[in-house]
Amino acid sequence: MKSRKLTIPYIIWMLVFTMIPIVMIGVTAFTDKNGAFTLSNFNNALFYTNVFTKSLFIAFISTLICLVAAYPLAYMMTRMKKSTQNTVIMLIMIPMWMNFLLRIYAWIILLQQNGPIDTALSLLGIHGTYIGNTGAVIAGMVYEYLPFMVLPIYTVMSKIDNGLIEAARDLGSNSTAVFRKVVFPLSVPGIISGITMVFVPSASTFLVSQYLGGTDDIMIGDVIDKVFWTDQNTGSAISLILMVFIFIFLVIMNLFGDEEAIA
Amino acid sequence: MEQTAKKTVISLRDIFVRFDGEVILNHINLDIREKEFVTILGPSGCGKTTTLRIIGGFVSPESGDVIFDGKRINDLPPNKRNVNTVFQKYSLFPHLNVFDNVAFGLKLKKLPKNEIKEKVSKMLATVDLKGYEKRPVQKLSGGQQQRVAIARALVCDPDVILLDEPLGALDLKLRKSMQLELKEIQRQTEKTFIYVTHDQEEALTMSDRVVVMNNGSIEQTGTPEDIYNEPVNAFVADFIGEANILNGTMIDDCRIRILGRELECVDKGFGKNTEVDVVIRPEDIEITAPENGQLAGVVQSSIFKGVHYEMSIMCGNCEIIVQSTKSAEIGSTVGMSVIPFNIQIMNKLLPFYNNIIETAVSYSSEADNCFEFELEGETVTVKDRFFPEGTKLEITLPPCALSLTGEGDGDLKDVYIESVVYKGEHNEIILESDERKWLMLSDTDEQVATYVPLHFDFSQAKFKVLSDGGEEK
Repeated sequence: MKSRKLTIPYIIWMLVFTMIPIVMIGVTAFTDKNGAFTLSNFNNALFYTNVFTKSLFIAFISTLICLVAAYPLAYMMTRMKKSTQNTVIMLIMIPMWMNFLLRIYAWIILLQQNGPIDTALSLLGIHGTYIGNTGAVIAGMVYEYLPFMVLPIYTVMSKIDNGLIEAARDLGSNSTAVFRKVVFPLSVPGIISGITMVFVPSASTFLVSQYLGGTDDIMIGDVIDKVFWTDQNTGSAISLILMVFIFIFLVIMNLFGDEEAIA
Repeated sequence: MEQTAKKTVISLRDIFVRFDGEVILNHINLDIREKEFVTILGPSGCGKTTTLRIIGGFVSPESGDVIFDGKRINDLPPNKRNVNTVFQKYSLFPHLNVFDNVAFGLKLKKLPKNEIKEKVSKMLATVDLKGYEKRPVQKLSGGQQQRVAIARALVCDPDVILLDEPLGALDLKLRKSMQLELKEIQRQTEKTFIYVTHDQEEALTMSDRVVVMNNGSIEQTGTPEDIYNEPVNAFVADFIGEANILNGTMIDDCRIRILGRELECVDKGFGKNTEVDVVIRPEDIEITAPENGQLAGVVQSSIFKGVHYEMSIMCGNCEIIVQSTKSAEIGSTVGMSVIPFNIQIMNKLLPFYNNIIETAVSYSSEADNCFEFELEGETVTVKDRFFPEGTKLEITLPPCALSLTGEGDGDLKDVYIESVVYKGEHNEIILESDERKWLMLSDTDEQVATYVPLHFDFSQAKFKVLSDGGEEK
């Protein structure tokens, strides 16, 4: 009985801050300004199809780069001394203590004309600006979300019992086989949660593209931000579509994870 | 015995292993023969698992040779050794089912699929797990997981199987039946089994040969009968089965004095008036009328143990355990007799009884009536005694002057408990510091293979001035 009482604050919290807002978004998306039922908001939302595709594309590429960068790092970390591991985790975490906007500004300074990168490259005779394109947006996103890929993979990998690795070696595996047949399959849950933790926020993020991207690099997060101020109904509809996409994505990821666990 | 004809599969030659400056294996030598069930037995921390890991290839010795079939394999990685291990925690692959776990080694060998299938099902039948192929390993019971682990090692058809306390996690009943099953599997498959355990009964039940280890050294190697009946020292006697271990004096060949009585025994060659350890198994003592016994004592307690009564009999200050099918009344005086053959004489574990320190006074203060000396890099202060600085001293500390301090600083901070042997009156504890060993008496049971601070009580010490004119004041 006692344990049930303790859950009440959380139930209230979720009701007030999760369930009710979702229902409100749902209702707003399907009504017009006067509160009458309509589907025209979704019709308006279709106008942003390209932005949708572009956002999902940028999120996909960023997630992929994060994965490729984070996986070897996480693997190497598990093979370091415990003290070194802690230092590396610290180094990965420290940028996250800094304000999000500040980190984006840092990238602006890095990439802009006459910035450090431009100056360095101009020594080789290459001039230009490296800001205002899709690549810059992706770089910002990767920078932003890399820790969210490294940490879950690292956590899962460091929990792999060393006994299993020894057993694999004992049964005749060389280092490649140990990795392929034991370490990798057992790290899949970490990969899945890493992908989820990077893809979901990068698909819905805003500001990064506004600061680092060009005019056609606008992302769906920015669109929602803009539209919502003038037209809450269309804004809600776009949000709802995005939620549906993310939901489908999560379902697919979970299916993939379960299959891996069984196989 | 035909054993001598069998060829040696594995030889460990002068193996020395150290982790973080701590000696784990101190120059051990061991030969393991073909088709033999060898058990390495010892308390935790004695180096038995390390020995196994050396054979498996997971630890490389600092010096010494690992020889397999006549070839030195020190630098051969585990995957290239024809040896498979059954790990303590089984270490089954959680992402694979029973079949894939067992087939793991065969798949690496790139055998054809149907051959793998055939071998795995045959092996699963051997370990009584027919029909379990598709089950996830995490859903199996401890005993079943254990058998999967054994099958996984056996199916690779290695020359030698290493088993690292594989039954440790099972309950008693299951452990007993698995012991017999393992022995049966070993007999059927005709493989060499090297089995590590701290359970002496397990070792005696299963092995052709037992290797008793303590503190990084091999104490004794022999058949279970040899180890039980002819232990080489008090440690082995204490570790294997129940034993009364007493201090005695070997008066002459075949004459021993224990508890103030002279008895006949069958051992020779210890010299005259030599201090020895004497072992008498509880089942070898016969209860007699007080006047007929070689020893007499008062019954303190008698506990019914099913097959026999276990009685504690006080012989003066010394407790003797007797197992007998007849119980004696508590409080009554009984006689005890032992036939000479059942009195085992062994050399003392340590060549000394009193702990002697030879040192020089490094600092002294007449005003405070105290002095200090250096011992293994630590400064020891002796109160209520004064010797001038530079005096060379011989300090004799009887075993009762040593104690282990539970907390805080001892005179020596980190001393290793090498063995604890109950001698009827007190526990005789052998301690090892960086440079030497110490003998201590204690009434508390200490945990072997742990590190403790050691304290000296100098009020019980004797001081002898060796040189440099320092006179005792």
